[in-house]
Amino acid sequence: MFDVAPPQNSDAPQAGGAYAVAQTKVLLRKGMSRLAADGEQVDWTALVFRVRDHHDKAAFAALFRHFAPRVKAFLMKSGASEALAEECAQDVMATLWQKAAQFDPTRASVATWVYTIARNRRIDALRKARRPEPEDLTWGPEPEPDQADAYEAQQDTERLGAALSQLPAKQRELIERAYYGDLTHSEIAAETGLPLGTIKSRIRLALDRLRHQMDTKASQE
Amino acid sequence: MKIKHHLSDAVLMSYASGDLPEAFNLVVATHVSMCDECRARAETFDALGGAIIEDQFEEMAAGSLEACMTKIDNLTSADRTVAPTVRRARGILPAPLVDYVGGGLESVRWRSVGMGVKQAILKTSDGGSSVRLLSIPAGAALPNHGHNGLEMTLVLQGAFRDAEDRFGPGDVEMADDTMQHTPVAEAGEVCICLAATEGKLRFNALLPRMVQSLFRI
Repeated sequence: MFDVAPPQNSDAPQAGGAYAVAQTKVLLRKGMSRLAADGEQVDWTALVFRVRDHHDKAAFAALFRHFAPRVKAFLMKSGASEALAEECAQDVMATLWQKAAQFDPTRASVATWVYTIARNRRIDALRKARRPEPEDLTWGPEPEPDQADAYEAQQDTERLGAALSQLPAKQRELIERAYYGDLTHSEIAAETGLPLGTIKSRIRLALDRLRHQMDTKASQE
Repeated sequence: MKIKHHLSDAVLMSYASGDLPEAFNLVVATHVSMCDECRARAETFDALGGAIIEDQFEEMAAGSLEACMTKIDNLTSADRTVAPTVRRARGILPAPLVDYVGGGLESVRWRSVGMGVKQAILKTSDGGSSVRLLSIPAGAALPNHGHNGLEMTLVLQGAFRDAEDRFGPGDVEMADDTMQHTPVAEAGEVCICLAATEGKLRFNALLPRMVQSLFRI
């Protein structure tokens, strides 16, 4: 489970800042000190819950500092001008605040959830076509989700990220371009085997976890 | 419901990346609503998107956090926190379809295309692709048709067979323009499908071209 190096968060909260202190309290209270041990891993889920439960602006600021520049970069690579990307990145983060109660950390990491909000914002801003969402599952996010499940969802994103970074540059580019909207559907379909080959095992792990989760929840209904 | 014919990785990845035309998005969202397997696969492709944005960085403008907080403060209190939504199926129509139809099956505005076959074209906001509900009497054939690009057909009720396979509720058939296929509804129940097509659907035998354009087929 720990075979992948943790990502280097260049913008991890600086030690000694007011936020770092608040963050440590959050982490300790939530029993997630193992994540904070190396000072680089931040429990984004706990921060989203601070926003959800307490409208905590410091927690939101930390999320903003990490995710807004990532959303902005994603939107610019998707063809948005810097001004539009800046504006939309702010909108995406405002949506994170609004929809914090809809976030289910056992199904997706915060990064994945932010990605889906950013993707939908991009569709609104650049394409103006609708992207209908699937029906909601019969169970929704739980107020006190299983921590191990949430941790695994976070791990999925990290493992996928590590696997992506190990791909040859050309293959990685192709996958990224598909997500920036540079490839049409037919181009994606035509890419024989989509260069998923070497990251397939990581995709498989994430998929198995989600399958298992859905089975378990469905049987509890 | 035992679903045998699922969505391909390429389709699910395009759905996750937001690059399918709206008509196909609707078929995917409807199938995913019926199929936990494809829901898990779709969410896995979302996770790949999450991994991709983690790897990007573009400095935000000065004062952007404050600007964002102002946006949040300016929201009405009702909008500031949105409760989890619960969208539900109505009968055989999963929630995404209910949104497009504006209700359950009884709200569908069918138009006859002949031989007992009925269709209802669903309004989409982007051109270039179209999506419709089809109702095919039990035992009847969908008129022989071709199309210019991809076609994706999802069964909602009943079943149909083409030359190779049987498609029951929840199954998706993918066809491209090289196929001249003639799906035949199984005996028993009226077969109701949701079909998205790239370009216009061309019924070859049934109607002269002029009439086709009249019916917006």
